[in-house]
Amino acid sequence: MVKSQANAGSPVKTRRRKESQFVMIFRRVLKDRAATISLCVIAFFVLVAIFAPLLAPYDPYELDKSALLSPPSWAHPFGTDQLGRDVLSRLIYGSRYSLTLGMLGSVVSLVCACILGCLAGYFGGIVESIIMRCGDVMMSLPGTLLSIIISAALGPGYFTTLVALTVGGIFGPTRMLRGQILRERGQEYLEAAEAYHCSKPKIMFTHLLPNSISPLLLGFFMGISGTITSAAGLSFLGLGIQPPMAEWGAMLSDGRNYLRTAPYLIVFPGLIIMIFSWCMALFGDALRDALDPKMKT
Amino acid sequence: MSLVVILMAAILIFTIMNVVPGDPAAQLLGSEATYEEIVAKRTAMGLEGPFLIRLGQYLWNVVRLDFGTSWFYGTSIVNEIATRIPRTLFISVSHLILDVCIGIPVGIMAATHRGKWQDRGVVSLAMLFQSIPSFWLNMELIVLFSITLGILPASGIGSWKHYILPIIGGVLGGWVGSARQIRQSLLEVMRDDYVTTARAKGVSSRAVMTHHVLPNALMPVITLVGGTVGGIITGSLMTERTFSIPGVGTYMLTAVNNRDYPVVEAVTIILAAANALCMLLVDLCYAFIDPRIKAQYVSSTKKGRRPKKHGKITG
Repeated sequence: MVKSQANAGSPVKTRRRKESQFVMIFRRVLKDRAATISLCVIAFFVLVAIFAPLLAPYDPYELDKSALLSPPSWAHPFGTDQLGRDVLSRLIYGSRYSLTLGMLGSVVSLVCACILGCLAGYFGGIVESIIMRCGDVMMSLPGTLLSIIISAALGPGYFTTLVALTVGGIFGPTRMLRGQILRERGQEYLEAAEAYHCSKPKIMFTHLLPNSISPLLLGFFMGISGTITSAAGLSFLGLGIQPPMAEWGAMLSDGRNYLRTAPYLIVFPGLIIMIFSWCMALFGDALRDALDPKMKT
Repeated sequence: MSLVVILMAAILIFTIMNVVPGDPAAQLLGSEATYEEIVAKRTAMGLEGPFLIRLGQYLWNVVRLDFGTSWFYGTSIVNEIATRIPRTLFISVSHLILDVCIGIPVGIMAATHRGKWQDRGVVSLAMLFQSIPSFWLNMELIVLFSITLGILPASGIGSWKHYILPIIGGVLGGWVGSARQIRQSLLEVMRDDYVTTARAKGVSSRAVMTHHVLPNALMPVITLVGGTVGGIITGSLMTERTFSIPGVGTYMLTAVNNRDYPVVEAVTIILAAANALCMLLVDLCYAFIDPRIKAQYVSSTKKGRRPKKHGKITG
C-alpha cells in the first residue's frame, strides 16, 4: 500500500491519499458493531483514568474504620475492603496504573522491536548475529516466565514492572520483523533509495519499516490485552505493583485472603480487567480485518 | 539444539540472579552481622570469585544435575523438586491433553460452519476466555464450588478431588487457544487449490474434510501445541499459587519472596528444559508425520533415490 503511494505523483496528491486511507480504515472498523462498542469502552476507560480525581467518590487510600469489608451498598457501590477503603475509587485510580502499564509496555516493546529488527534485517552480518543470538537467549524462557524472573530480580514497583513486561515482549516481534525485512531486502525501491544516496537510517525507518511493519501492528492490540493481564498476574504473584497501591491485579491479590467473607472484593477488579482486555482484543481483531481484508476470516 | 536452549536459559537466569541489587548474604544474616561473617557466608554460598568462573562452575553442576542446596532451608533442591514435580506435571499434562481434545473438535466445528452462529459463537467465546485472567477465574471457581456449594475442596492436595478445580480452571482458559488456531489453519487450507480440485471432482464434503483438509491443517496445530506449553508452564505458577498446591511453581514463588536464588535458578532451568523438550517433541512429530520432511531425510541419506511421492499432501 505504502509502496504505491511513493510512486503516486505530486506530494500533495500523496498526502491526500494517505489521509483518505486512514479514514477508509477507520470507516471499515466502525462498520463492525462490536468494534465500535469496544472502541467506546476503551475510550471510556481512558477518560476515567485521566479524570480519576474528579470521578472517584472517595480517596482510594483513605481508611474508614466504620465500614470494614462492607458489601456493596448505595454509599459504596462496589463495597469496601478490609481496611475500609472504597473499592470503586480504588478501581478508578487503579485504571491509571493498569492502563498505562499495558499500553506503555506494549508500545516500548514495539519500538525496541522495530529498532532491533530493522538493524538486524538491514545490516545483516555480525549485527544480525549479535541481535538474533541475544534474542535466542531471551526466548529460551517463555515470555511470561522471563517477566516474572526479571520482576523478581528488580524488585516490586511501577517502573520495574514496566521493564519486566517490556523485555518479555521484545524479541518475538523482533524476529518477525527481521523475517519480513529479509523478504523486502531485494526490492527495487530500496535499490532506488540507495542509488540517490539516501542515508541508511532514513532508508531503514522511512522506506523499509513502513513496508514491513504491518504484521507487527496486527499483533499490537492483541498484545496490549495480553500485557494488561500479565501485569495483573505479576501483581497477583506479589511481584509487580504491590498493595497498598491501587492496581487491579494487586487488589485481586489482596482480596484473595477474603474469599470466604467478602467474595465481592475480587469480582469487580476481575470483571474490569476482563472487560477492558476483551474490548482491546475485539478492537484489534476488527482493525486487523480492516487493514487486511484478504485475511478476513 | 534443545540442549543449547537449556544451556542458554541457565546462563540467562544465572546472570540475572547475579546482577540483582543487594547482597543476599547480608540479608540472610540480618543487620547485626559483622563484615567477616558476611564474607564467610558469601564464600559458603558461592558468591565470592569472578563471575565467569562461578558461571562455569554452576553450569558444570547443572550438567551433573546438582542444583545445590536452598539458602533458606538448607535442603537439597533436587530432592525437593523431585517430590513436587509429579503434582505440577499431572496438572500441566491434563491441561494440555484436555485443551487439545476440546479445542480441536470445537475449532473444526467453527471452521466447517464458517460465518454461521456456531462459528461466531466460538470466536466470541474464544476472545472472552482469552481476556479473562486465569487466576481470577480460578478464584471465582473457588467461590462458586468450594464456598457457596461446598462440594470441592478449595486448596491444598490430598484426594483426587483437589485436582478437579485447578484442572477445570486451566482448561476453561486454555481450549480457546487451540480452537482458534485450528479454525484459522483450517480456513487457510480450505482456500487452497487442491481442495477446490477435490470438490470439483465430486468428492463428498466429509471426505474432502477428512482426507484433504485435516491432514494439512493439523501440521501448524502441532507447532501450536508445542507453543502453548510455555503458556501452560507459566499458567501453572498462577494455578498453584491460587490453589496453594505445593508444586514446583509454589516452590519457586516462595523462593522468590525469600530471595532464595539457587531455588529460583533451579526451577527456572527445569521449566525451560520442559519447554525445550516439548519443542523437540514437536519437531520429531513433524518428521514422523509429514512425508515431505521424511522424504528430505531419505533423499539426503540415500542419494540418487527419488523420494516417495505422497498423494494427499501437496505443498
